Amino acid sequence: MNFLVETSYWLLRILSIIRVALRALRRNKLRSVLTALGIIIGVGAVITMVGVGQGAKNQVEAQIASLGRNVVLVFSGNFSSRGVNSGWLSAGTLSVPDVEAIRLEISDVVGVSPEVRRSFQVAAGNQNWFTSIVGSSASYFEIRQWELINGAGFTDQDVRGATKVCVIGKTVAEQLFGEEDPVGHIVRISNVPFIILGVLAPKGLSIMGTDQDDVIIMPYTSAMKRLMGGTMLRTVLVQTDSFEDLNTVREQINDLLRQRHRIAEGKDDDFTVRTQEEIAQMATATSRIMSLLLAAIAAVSLIVGGIGIMNIMLVSVTERTREIGIRMAVGARSRDILLQFLVEAVTLSSLGGLIGIGLGLGTAELLSKVAGWPTLVPMTAVVVSFVFSAAIGIFFGFYPARKAARLDPIEALRFE
Amino acid sequence: MSAVIHLDAVHKTYHTGEVEVHAVCGVSLNIERGEFVAIMGASGSGKSTLMNIIACLDRATGGRYLFDGADVSMLDRNQLADIRNEKIGFVFQSFNLLSRTNALENVELPMLYTHRRVPSEQIRERALQALDTVGLADRAGHHPSQLSGGQQQRVAIARALVNKPSLLLADEPTGNLDSRTSVEVMGLLQRLNEQGITIVMVTHELDIAAYTKRNVVMRDGQIVHDDPVANCLNAETELRRRKQADQTVKLAP
Ligand SMILES: Nc1ncnc2c1ncn2[C@@H]1O[C@H](COP(=O)(O)OP(=O)(O)OP(=O)(O)O)[C@@H](O)[C@H]1O
Ligand SMILES: [Mg+2]
Repeated sequence: MNFLVETSYWLLRILSIIRVALRALRRNKLRSVLTALGIIIGVGAVITMVGVGQGAKNQVEAQIASLGRNVVLVFSGNFSSRGVNSGWLSAGTLSVPDVEAIRLEISDVVGVSPEVRRSFQVAAGNQNWFTSIVGSSASYFEIRQWELINGAGFTDQDVRGATKVCVIGKTVAEQLFGEEDPVGHIVRISNVPFIILGVLAPKGLSIMGTDQDDVIIMPYTSAMKRLMGGTMLRTVLVQTDSFEDLNTVREQINDLLRQRHRIAEGKDDDFTVRTQEEIAQMATATSRIMSLLLAAIAAVSLIVGGIGIMNIMLVSVTERTREIGIRMAVGARSRDILLQFLVEAVTLSSLGGLIGIGLGLGTAELLSKVAGWPTLVPMTAVVVSFVFSAAIGIFFGFYPARKAARLDPIEALRFE
Repeated sequence: MSAVIHLDAVHKTYHTGEVEVHAVCGVSLNIERGEFVAIMGASGSGKSTLMNIIACLDRATGGRYLFDGADVSMLDRNQLADIRNEKIGFVFQSFNLLSRTNALENVELPMLYTHRRVPSEQIRERALQALDTVGLADRAGHHPSQLSGGQQQRVAIARALVNKPSLLLADEPTGNLDSRTSVEVMGLLQRLNEQGITIVMVTHELDIAAYTKRNVVMRDGQIVHDDPVANCLNAETELRRRKQADQTVKLAP
């Protein structure tokens, strides 16, 4: 009971000190806002950064999952050196026997599929559509964790025979058949008729932001022989037994292909092997750089903001030396003065923090609306930055407050 | 040992650059409970300096000062602050009101720092009461800049009284007032003294000192005279006399 009385007394006391502090801040509105600007920008940057980072992280996680499970990708051409684009311009450096070799010679590999891709005009009945044609092997669906909502996929037999069969994505199904069930119907691709065996479950956007459901998938043999021509491959998907095997498999594929392509010691690869994670990281590099930049801005402005608060509090202590003297003369203890100025600094910095949080949430919202970045600001980030801005007030306000508290009453009263 | 104030050869020396200023040198003084003392002397004779020491605002550089029997030089900052807050009311020569807060809040100020936890409704009530005592209840919401010198002086007195101190110190409480208002303030002080508050005040004016019970005269930091007032004036009778005089003037053609 006594404790309650005690606590409520102190609460009231602190509230009245906060009122005094707010009044002092309101008297110098412009100065207060300018002082808090550092904190406002700092906290705003933190919130934006967290929002962008968290949004990107969520998206990447979703997209890593949409790429498939435990996937290693092999591309023709060398991404990291002089030959950056050569692989894409030429016919490709990977061959079907390469794919076979990976499947047979590397343990821990559970599925391998080439991926050839080109866009074609397609038609069914009187409906036309322009879409991506992907050629793969039958294990492609297992590798990419891609299920069918209707019908069935093609088999290894279809691949061997280069039969004219395909499965279509949700978008294509809607464009060509509307509400109708496409299974069993014919789709003409570049005037070649293909039988639709099934419809794929929707997968949404890819890492690159394209619609993954706007696709027709068929045996790679059919695609190469009947539509695209050529015998070389640009992309091969490999699925490993487990997540832990990803990197060893990556190394093994590297060694195997160098050997098969007879690349001499010290020469560059004519292919590139990347794990799922590496692909995702490449795709999110921009938002990561943005996050780092924002983190730097945040750190600098929070420090500058803190110093600004310290500066303005020192000015305030000097300006109000007489006031401090008067308060001490009527019996304020050092602790009372310390508390008053500390509360003022904390009020200033936490108000800045609140405005900064608003600014950050607004910016995050704007980025997702205008730039199309997925942003997500977790509640903890809001709470932590508010607490942190209050802490900045305590840290940088302490020195000026202590200076005020240590004034000699009679000296302070004489101050002009 | 019943003296409220016991000064024993108190010194205060200021070191300003090369020169040493002996503002107070060797003052010994005993002031008992219930006394009403006026300290007089020429400008620069050390009155304010002595008052600041008595008020526990400043420390003596030599000698001994016992307040209520306690040696002030042995007390720390916080203990001095508590004495100023609870036992002493001080009225400054230059008022020293907070310019950005109104009269009421100025009077409330000492209660914010009290250890005897005053509930907030009571803070307001007591401040209003104190303002009423000095006749300014209707000016509670005014800021010091909106008040006359005399009114500011009275707000300062109300602030000094609000924590019900046993000792009231006033440094030239009538310094800025016309003679009529001065007598009014002296009347207020006399009433307070009758209620048992010990009062020590500084004044230049002999006729103001005549309202007190004891006059101490300083010169160059020392006490040169210390006499009881032979026939002490009563402020109320004086005010009544003046009022009558005014009416006579008005009645005259
Ligand atoms: N802070 C200070 N530093 C140096 N000397 C001071 C200081 N304060 C006062 N003095 C000197 O001490 C002496 C006494 O000053 P004090 O203010 O006590 O005089 P006073 O009797 O109150 O005068 P007045 O009637 O004009 O108010 C003066 O000579 C003054 O110059
Ligand atoms: Mg003086």
